[in-house]
Amino acid sequence: MSLMLEPSPEKIRSQRVYAEMGLSDEEFAMVENILGRTPNYTETGLFSVMWSEHCSYKNSKPVLKKFPVTGEKVLQGPGEGAGIVDIGDGQAVVFKIESHNHPSAIEPYQGAATGVGGIIRDVFSMGARPIAILNSLRFGELDNARVKYLFKEVVAGIAGYGNCIGIPTVGGEIQFDPSYEGNPLVNAMCVGLINHEDIQKGQARGVGNTVMYVGAKTGRDGIHGATFASEELTESSDENRPAVQVGDPFMEKLLLEACLELIHNDALVGIQDMGAAGLTSSSAEMASKAGSGIEMNLDLVPQRETGMTAYEMMLSESQERMLIVVKKGREQEITDLFSKYDLEAVAVGVVTEEKYLKLTHKGNVVANVPVDALAEDAPVYHKPSSEPQLYRDFQAMKIEVPNVVDFKETLINLLSQPTIASKEWVYNQYDYMVRTSTVVAPGSDAAVVRIRETNKALAMTTDCNSRYLYLDPEVGGKIAVAEAARNIVCSGAEPLAVTDNLNFGNPERPEIFWQIEKAADGISEACRQLSTPVIGGNVSLYNETNGEAIYPTPVIGMVGLVHDLSHITTQEFKNSGDLIYVIGETKEEFGGSELQKMIEGKIYGQSPSIDLEIEQQRQKQLLLAIQSGYVASAHDVAEGGLAVALSEALFGTENLGARVIVENEAITELFSETQSRFVVSVSPENREAFERMVQDSYCIGEVNNNGVLTISHKQDGLVIDASVQELEAAWRGAIPCLLN
Amino acid sequence: MKFAVIVFPGSNGDIDMFHAIKDELGEEVEYVPHTADSLAGFDGILLPGGFSYGDYLRTGAIARFSNVMGEVVKAANEGVPVLGVCNGFQILLEAGLLPGAMRRNRELAFICKPAQLVVENNKTMFTSGYEIGETITIPIAHGEGNYYCDEETMKLLKQNNQIVFTYDGENPNGSLEGIAGITNENGNVLGMMPHPERAVDKLLGSADGLKLFQSIVRNWRENHVVNA
Repeated sequence: MSLMLEPSPEKIRSQRVYAEMGLSDEEFAMVENILGRTPNYTETGLFSVMWSEHCSYKNSKPVLKKFPVTGEKVLQGPGEGAGIVDIGDGQAVVFKIESHNHPSAIEPYQGAATGVGGIIRDVFSMGARPIAILNSLRFGELDNARVKYLFKEVVAGIAGYGNCIGIPTVGGEIQFDPSYEGNPLVNAMCVGLINHEDIQKGQARGVGNTVMYVGAKTGRDGIHGATFASEELTESSDENRPAVQVGDPFMEKLLLEACLELIHNDALVGIQDMGAAGLTSSSAEMASKAGSGIEMNLDLVPQRETGMTAYEMMLSESQERMLIVVKKGREQEITDLFSKYDLEAVAVGVVTEEKYLKLTHKGNVVANVPVDALAEDAPVYHKPSSEPQLYRDFQAMKIEVPNVVDFKETLINLLSQPTIASKEWVYNQYDYMVRTSTVVAPGSDAAVVRIRETNKALAMTTDCNSRYLYLDPEVGGKIAVAEAARNIVCSGAEPLAVTDNLNFGNPERPEIFWQIEKAADGISEACRQLSTPVIGGNVSLYNETNGEAIYPTPVIGMVGLVHDLSHITTQEFKNSGDLIYVIGETKEEFGGSELQKMIEGKIYGQSPSIDLEIEQQRQKQLLLAIQSGYVASAHDVAEGGLAVALSEALFGTENLGARVIVENEAITELFSETQSRFVVSVSPENREAFERMVQDSYCIGEVNNNGVLTISHKQDGLVIDASVQELEAAWRGAIPCLLN
Repeated sequence: MKFAVIVFPGSNGDIDMFHAIKDELGEEVEYVPHTADSLAGFDGILLPGGFSYGDYLRTGAIARFSNVMGEVVKAANEGVPVLGVCNGFQILLEAGLLPGAMRRNRELAFICKPAQLVVENNKTMFTSGYEIGETITIPIAHGEGNYYCDEETMKLLKQNNQIVFTYDGENPNGSLEGIAGITNENGNVLGMMPHPERAVDKLLGSADGLKLFQSIVRNWRENHVVNA
């Protein structure tokens, strides 16, 4: 029980109590100006969470405006729980990505678990059935006990939540780099399916309608989580452990099923997840979006602990809760519906005409503030931006081809780098098959999930090579989108739209804000060129530990539509005798490459370049070739270059091998990370049709059944002769070995 | 033949089981809530996978006290085919319909992947469609599949030919003698950790589980014709 007396408005002002909650002096003055008085403790709390970067995007709004957000298939862009894209037949796909970086740095299991729980609620609060989860993770190098602990616990937390609730975790990506050592990234994405007529909005419409609280009780966990998420991590961040919420996937499973029944009840007016800033954000945003107000009696809020104050209830981020608005007089129906699932649904307030959030507790008015001031009127900052010297230095560097003596050893070492190595150790802990619709399991370019009762499927992926962004945020931003689209196309799907998670350092530093701006420029241009609008996302700033920022990491989550199940394609070679093609020529590009990092222990120079028109053209041609049935396997060439891509196409096959001949300088051909390239295999009878359709394709060899990868150079002869078994053992064994 | 899929709070393999029966097997099937008082009219009972009651306390420990479980026990004693998969197996153990207990996986981590099983006994109503010794691919997805029983029980399991499936090669979870599935003494109750309902469509990797459901139907039909 909290016995501490809340400071008076005078004290909040004179002792700058608001500053501890994250408000600046200027912001506090704005609040006073809006209210015409000094706010009390609870009101100061409401403003501080709603005006945090996490809730208000006050630092990133000017940047987010750059993104293309519309398209003929977009049914819901940014602004609601999740974005929605039409997929025909009266159905739509709903998806969003969200970060839980700071909680995961402090309490990795619960931080990751509740990250998954939160993004699932965002999707089913739209009325959609969640059908898949993906993630994007970043850690430091797996060479110290703390990083190994974070890695293991984050994976266990994702598994613990997703497996229990019964939504398959079908894909994701992981990179390991020193910049994430103190500040790991945990981004979770959820994909759902919905019929158009079931789409819900988080709005509190209809004066006199009833505001109901459903789901788990409110406790003291997660108080000020949104504010905590908007600060840098320091050595004392461990003290914020109570700001990390605790998840209960069983409760969420009940809530999910109850809400999906609820959306078919015409008493429902609006529904919103109580996510960051819990009861505060859900009530203020629902009222603000509808142009109304909400009056709530906090005595009625179901509470897990005794003696909770208004401040604690409003700022709690207890999980598995929803706020709904229902038609007046229909409350009992709703209570009955939820009680079937052993859940509480309690009337806690009413929609009002006056656009205020008015809270009463124990007979007193404890807060009375304009909803728009909370939800809409947070200050917007155009932070100063400046091009860092480091970038100019990188741009001025000449391209160098790293020195490789033993090609086979180099390939084996590359395959053993944790960023490239098999992630089986991770995804075998995720139930990726529940709901029996996962056609392409984790490990291929994109996961593919069928849509029952149709002949269609959805392809989905998360991508971001942050090393390129560190060298050049604009080009790196373009590449992140292009690579995501490449993965979608390789699986046989048409890219539809993007959700992005902008993970960056402290935006108050000009060189960080410059990174954010440039990355957004690159992402925007690529999304326009590839016709994949950004339909929602999340921003996570202040990802720094003791003043050191992470690599700029705008994770791209992309979903594509497989128009016919027969189009589904995977990366593995299929038949002996098939011809191996590379699409796209290879240039000397090693800046930010896996080879550079491995040999030199650091990355520098120019990132690989990208021409988005060429990218789009190749993707279009390859997709058409796949849809025409000419392609047996397709894989994008990414980290590690061609030699790695060829190896991956052999792993998991029945003793297939490949014989490949390259013509140009061998180090570049094998290990450069030039963009817009693919490795595909084509059966000989489709040779002509394929070559006619895909312009920049070069036949480099043939699939055989001898279980050996041989790569020769036209003049220099044999450069790699390795049994697939040996390569695969290195690739599969690397992560388990590092963890032991 | 009409199947019941029992739905506990926290079940999540119920939909998969339902679709396997309806879409792939082509038999009648209904969801039956944990609160149901009767299983009259059902010819087969399916306890799906998932995390009933969050698997809090111990897997299956709370679900066994569900209202419907009295009816499941009654039906099992009357000879109705009862199949428990994954969490369903754990519930059958807790309910005492099958002997033994489940421990956490040897590596203390959840494990999800296709597993190779050996059909150890094809003289059951669940496995008559397989060859003895046949290797089949059925996925596993569990955190507690490490089957355990005392020596006496193991002796009886062997004596009565109750071990139906074992893992081929690598034992993924540390279960005793690589046990993946066992029946009761009468042979009408089967508990197994692998998910046959996830292996009914080649599109998803394997259709080896279909024969299990087909066996149930064939044996039920034969019995029915004889009895009619």
